[in-house]
Amino acid sequence: MSATLPPAPSGPSHTEGPEAVTTTPGTTAAVGTSLWKDAFRRLRRNPAAISGAVIVGVFLLVALLAPWLAPFGGEELPGRTEIRPTTIPGPGDVEGYPLGLDRFGGDLLSKLIWGARASLVIGVVSTALGLVGGMVLGLLAGGFGGWVDSVIMRFVDILLSVPNLLLAVSIAAIMGQSQWAVMIAIGASQVPIFARLLRSSMLSQKGADYVLAAQTLGLSRRTITMSHLLPNSTGPLIVQGTLTLATAVIDAAALSFLGLGGGVPQTAEWGRMLTYAQAELAIAPQLAFLPGLCIAVTALGFTLLGESLRESLDPKSRTA
Amino acid sequence: MLRVTGKRLALLIPTLFGLSVLLFAWVRALPGGPATALLGDKATPDAVARINEVYGFDRPLLEQYFVYMGRLLRGDFGASIVTGRPVVEEFLTRFPATLELALVALVFAVGVGVPLGYVAARHRGRTLDHSSVVLSLLGITVPVFFLAFILKWLFAIRVPLFPADGRQDPRIDATHYTNFFVLDGLLTGEWDAAWDAFLHLILPGLALGTIPLAIIVRITRASVLEVQSADYVRTARAKGLTRRLIRGRYIMRNAMLPVVTTIGLQTGLLISGAVLTETVFAFNGIGRFLRDAIFNLDYPVLQGFIIFIALAYSLINLLVDLSYSLIDPRVRVQ
Repeated sequence: MSATLPPAPSGPSHTEGPEAVTTTPGTTAAVGTSLWKDAFRRLRRNPAAISGAVIVGVFLLVALLAPWLAPFGGEELPGRTEIRPTTIPGPGDVEGYPLGLDRFGGDLLSKLIWGARASLVIGVVSTALGLVGGMVLGLLAGGFGGWVDSVIMRFVDILLSVPNLLLAVSIAAIMGQSQWAVMIAIGASQVPIFARLLRSSMLSQKGADYVLAAQTLGLSRRTITMSHLLPNSTGPLIVQGTLTLATAVIDAAALSFLGLGGGVPQTAEWGRMLTYAQAELAIAPQLAFLPGLCIAVTALGFTLLGESLRESLDPKSRTA
Repeated sequence: MLRVTGKRLALLIPTLFGLSVLLFAWVRALPGGPATALLGDKATPDAVARINEVYGFDRPLLEQYFVYMGRLLRGDFGASIVTGRPVVEEFLTRFPATLELALVALVFAVGVGVPLGYVAARHRGRTLDHSSVVLSLLGITVPVFFLAFILKWLFAIRVPLFPADGRQDPRIDATHYTNFFVLDGLLTGEWDAAWDAFLHLILPGLALGTIPLAIIVRITRASVLEVQSADYVRTARAKGLTRRLIRGRYIMRNAMLPVVTTIGLQTGLLISGAVLTETVFAFNGIGRFLRDAIFNLDYPVLQGFIIFIALAYSLINLLVDLSYSLIDPRVRVQ
């Protein structure tokens, strides 16, 4: 950035954006409470955090218990014989299928439940990939500085100049259509965010007294980077990781919606279900609305949790 | 100012150069190589060998790279595998459609978002503020394509106020010069054509604009909250300046800086969103063409479009950076 901003009024970095969060490990508000304990205490009193946690909890339970909760398997087509080209049984129309059927004859309720599992797997795996990739790049850039930093950051800038979805799509094009392609694609599109975040967080720690102390003690750069800088720079990453789970769920649905997920057409995946709901929007809108609602609510849960976590970790909001 | 602009433009070159290297590598990493991607089902070993020879895919990589760069620099991005037309031509005929759509979305997002954020901040802690916070949260978590479905179902199927698909009613005999359909209608005086094209933009525009709207509301609210308690605002009030003056020159002008940055950052989101929105509304812009290109593995199109989009994205963010000093003279661009 080559525009210098005056100190006030502040840019978005003071109120919004991933780079807003910096933990200052040196300052403790109340004697004897660690930053995380203090943050957790404040989280429990925040209604937004509680609602987020409840949504995420329900989502996790449904995803983990899918085989026991769902009446049918995700790709099973128990109601194949009930489907006519012009009529698709809606909620309550046929006994045994509480939410009705889809155009293939799959049970909508079962598919929604199995879809939660698909979203959980994609969300967690892709965020983990993005986090690991971003951490490696961020560590190298922030740890070494100098030309390593310049090269890595230019590379990250290039990745950032391509819109997320396009980046994901180009990766998926190489890998063919599969769930793995979707996960790697989303993970890769998140690498730049994590890399920048860890780097900036580490740079802001570099001038801290405890780093100077470690340097004076003659500790090696590797030790300082790995055991001092890194642990103190993870706060923003954890917050961003939670928020990224929300975008990963949405992006995964978007890529599947575009048809990059691979597998059979009746795969129980929320984005995929929306693809095949397009043609029947007029006669069976529930086929589009229910999976869409599931995506939105899940994303809302992770967003609420992430935003509350960010607020409670913000040293500015700490009370003595 | 001119020197700064030149410098910033020069900084774009390494980014675009890096991107072109990545894209070059990308095409060579496609499953089965570019020849198989080009031929699709017709990829017999003979045909692959012939294509490799004709297009030079069997030459040393370095040589291929120089040939590729030379063509890019001359503005030759190859031809679409599906339509056979030059990639540049395909882009230029479809870009106006997406630009029209993005403009409607942006006007909606800024026109509603900035006032809403301002009002929410001025009524901090009251119902209006709370509902704006909830609405903006929902706006961020609802996927674009799902929102597109809801709008289409509500306002095109249940209550048919707006057309559900396309850019213009095919029954209208409209003349097109610029491919901006609304503009074409106005230029030629075909008012019905302009109006019809405009109606076709409403639903996709609303769907595409909602996420930027939600973000703009949040940023505006936070920014106004911060500015309105500043000392100079208090002083202005104590001096007895009119509310209108305080709002316009003191609060809004100072609060707009982060908002403008955000609007610039939304461009990437708008392009990703356009791919999805155009798919739902069968809107014939670059988004929909890109989607088809993905499925047909039309790699010259993907390659060219990604470079154009990255260029547009970087240029818009450059404009945003330069506009800072217009909004706030204290910002000196270096």
